[in-house]
Amino acid sequence: MTPTATATAADKETAGGVRTAGPAPAAAPRTTVTFAKALNTALRDALAADDRVVVFGEDVGELGGVFRITDGLAAEFGERRCFDTPLAEASILGTAIGMAMYGYRPVVEMQFDAFAYPAFEQLVSHLAKMRNRTRGALPMPVVIRIPYGGGIGGVEHHSDSSEAYVAHTPGIHVVTPATVEDAYWLLRAAIASPDPVVFFEPKRLYWSKAALQLPVTTGPIGTAAVRRQGRDATLIAYGQSVPVALEAAEHASEYGYDLEVLDLRSLVPFDDAAVTASVERTGRAIVVHEAAGFAGFGAEIAARVSERCFYRLEAPVLRVTGLDIPYPPPKLEHWYLPSVDRVLDAVERAMAA
Amino acid sequence: MTLLDLPSATGPHHPAATPFRGDTDPLRYLDEHGAPVEGGLRPSEEELAPERLMEVYRALRLARAFDTEATALVMQGHLAVYPSSRGQEACQAAAALAIEPQDWLFPTYRDTAALAVRGIDPAEALTLLRGSWHCGYDPKRWRTAPQCTPLATQAPHAVGLALAAKLAGDPVVALCLLGDGATSEGDFHEACNSAAVYQAPVVFFVQNNQYAISVPLRKQTHALSLADKAVGYGMPGVRVDGNDVIALSHVLGEAVRRAREGEGPTLVEAVTYRIQPHTNADDATRYRDRHEVDIWLARDPVDRLAKYLTATGNLDDTLDAAIGEENTRYTTRMRAELTGEPEVDPAEMFEYVYAAPTPQLRAQRQMVEQGMTADEAGE
Repeated sequence: MTPTATATAADKETAGGVRTAGPAPAAAPRTTVTFAKALNTALRDALAADDRVVVFGEDVGELGGVFRITDGLAAEFGERRCFDTPLAEASILGTAIGMAMYGYRPVVEMQFDAFAYPAFEQLVSHLAKMRNRTRGALPMPVVIRIPYGGGIGGVEHHSDSSEAYVAHTPGIHVVTPATVEDAYWLLRAAIASPDPVVFFEPKRLYWSKAALQLPVTTGPIGTAAVRRQGRDATLIAYGQSVPVALEAAEHASEYGYDLEVLDLRSLVPFDDAAVTASVERTGRAIVVHEAAGFAGFGAEIAARVSERCFYRLEAPVLRVTGLDIPYPPPKLEHWYLPSVDRVLDAVERAMAA
Repeated sequence: MTLLDLPSATGPHHPAATPFRGDTDPLRYLDEHGAPVEGGLRPSEEELAPERLMEVYRALRLARAFDTEATALVMQGHLAVYPSSRGQEACQAAAALAIEPQDWLFPTYRDTAALAVRGIDPAEALTLLRGSWHCGYDPKRWRTAPQCTPLATQAPHAVGLALAAKLAGDPVVALCLLGDGATSEGDFHEACNSAAVYQAPVVFFVQNNQYAISVPLRKQTHALSLADKAVGYGMPGVRVDGNDVIALSHVLGEAVRRAREGEGPTLVEAVTYRIQPHTNADDATRYRDRHEVDIWLARDPVDRLAKYLTATGNLDDTLDAAIGEENTRYTTRMRAELTGEPEVDPAEMFEYVYAAPTPQLRAQRQMVEQGMTADEAGE
C-alpha cells in the first residue's frame, strides 16, 4: 500500500467526523512518523489512558518543551495534567517522588542531559531506594525523560551521555530507544512500569522517521533486539549508536564481513541472554557507545561477555566509545563521536585476531 | 487570628542592626518559669482548655520517656546509633499533634520521638536506628514518610505529596520536619520556592536546635532569623519559642489550618536546643561549653508546661506520678522489643529492589541463599 493510498483510505474512513460503518480495514494505514512525534504520541496516549499520569518539567507546558516532545499536551489535558515547574531539577524529581507516594504516575522532563545533575541525589538516594527501604509500601512509578548525547552542534553542557551514572544505581531501570517504534512503545512501557525508569532519549534521532501507524507494540523493557543478523561479529549498541553500528555493518559487508547488530534497548535490566546468544553465534563482540569509554557502560558489557563467552571468543571484546575528555565544543565533536570509520577499524582488528 | 495578625518576630522589633541573635524575640505564650508572658501570644480558649493541654503534656512526657529509653538502649549496644531529641520534646509533640491522621508527616532521623507520639510502635519506629531494616513502619498506614537522613531531601517530597493531594481535591496537609543545618541545603530552597509557586498545602517546620553536628548556627547562616527566609519565597515565616509548647502548638495549628484551607505553605522556625550530642557517637565537649547547655536545661519544655499546669490547678503529684507509671510500662515494653538480636532475612535484601527481580538479582539472591545454606550446614 502506497502512502498516498493510505492517506486516502484514512480520509474516507473519518469523513465528516463520522466513522463509516463496515468492517475495519485489513491493514492499519501507515504514515511517516518522527521519533519526536512517537514520543509525543506515547505521552498523549498515556495521559488519556490513565488519570494518574502527570507530565511536568521546565517549559513542557505552553511551549511544549524545547524539543517539542510535550507539544499540545497542556492544551489537550489541561495544566493539572501537564505543567511548567520552577527551574529546579531536584525539586522536579523530588516533587515527582512525593506525588508517586500519593499514587500518581509522574513523567518528568529534564531539559538536557547535563542539566539533570542537580536531581542526581534525589535519583540515587530516594527514587532508587524508596520501594526497597519501605518493603514495597511506596513503589515509585516515575519516569524521568532525559534527552542525551551529542552530534547536534550543541554548546557546552548540551551533549552529555550520562547513562552509566544511572545504570550503576540499583533500583532504577534504564531504557533508551533507537527506533521510532521503540520511542513509542518503550515510553508507554516505562510509564506503565511499577518501577522508576530513566528514559534516555537520543536527541540526534528526534528527527529520524519511519512509516508506521501508532500505536505500535515492540518488546518489553529488559529485552534487546537484533537489528541486523550476521555471522562474523556482534556490534552491541544502544540509542544513537545503533544507526552508526548499522551503517558500519553495511560498509563492512562490502569487505565481506557479515556483522550482527544488537540494540540493547534496555541497559537495566540487562539482557544477558540476548547478548550471550549473539556472541556465542559470532564469536566476536564490539561495543559502541557515545559516552566516555573509561568506566563506561561498555566496560560492563565487555566484562559480562568475557565472563559468559570466554571460550567462544575469537578476539578480545573491543569498545568504540567517546574519548575520555569533557565533551568537546561543536566544531570538534566529530573527533569525539564513535564514527562509522572507528567502528570499522575495530571490526578490522577483531577480524584480524 | 491569622498568622499575619501575630506580633511580628522579624519585623520592626527585630534587632536587625545588631550582631545579637539571642532567643528573646521568638513568639511566646509562657516564660521560662511557666507563667504567661505579658504581650505574648493569645491562644484560643480551645487551645488552652485543660483537657487539650493535658493531652499535650502527656505527649511531652512520652517523648521524653521515649528519648531517655532510646538513649539508654544505644549506650547498652541495642541500637546502631541514636540521635537524641532531648530538649526538643515540645517540637516533637507539637508536630505530631498538629496534624490529623489523613495528613502526612515527613520526619528526619532526629524525629523518632515524634513518630512515637504519632502512635507508631517504638520497635517499628526504631528499626532504622537499630539497623535491622531501613524503614520499619508502614508509611501508608501511618501517613508518615520514612525518616530522612540526607538533609532537606524530604522537603521536595512533602511538596509533591501536598501538590498531589491538592490536585486530587483532598484536604491533606504535609508537615515537613527540618533542622537548622538543612536550611543551607539547595533542596530546602527548591522545595520552599516550589511549594509557594504551587501554593501546595505544606508546613515547613524548622527545629533550630543551634547545631548541625558541631557547626553552630552562626557558621550556618548570616541571616538573623531562619524564618526570614520565607519572605523570599512569598510565604509567611514565623519564629516561635521551640520550648514553649503552647506557643508552638498555636503557630503550627495556624500553619496547618492555612495549608488545609488553600492558603498555601508556611515556614515555622522553632528556636530550641539540642541538649545531647549529635548522636551517641559524638563528643559535644569539643565544640560547646557545659555552661551553654545548663542555660538551656533551665528552659526545659516539659518542666515549663508542668509548672503552668500545676499553677492552674490541672496537675498534681499524683497525676504526674500516674503519667510516669504509664510511661514506665511503655518503655518496659519498648526495651523488651528492642533488646536481643533482631531477626533478619538476607533474602529480604533482594525482595523489594524492583517490583519483579531482574535476572541478575535472581542469580545473586540464589548465590546468597546457597551461602546461607552452607553456613547453616557449618561448611
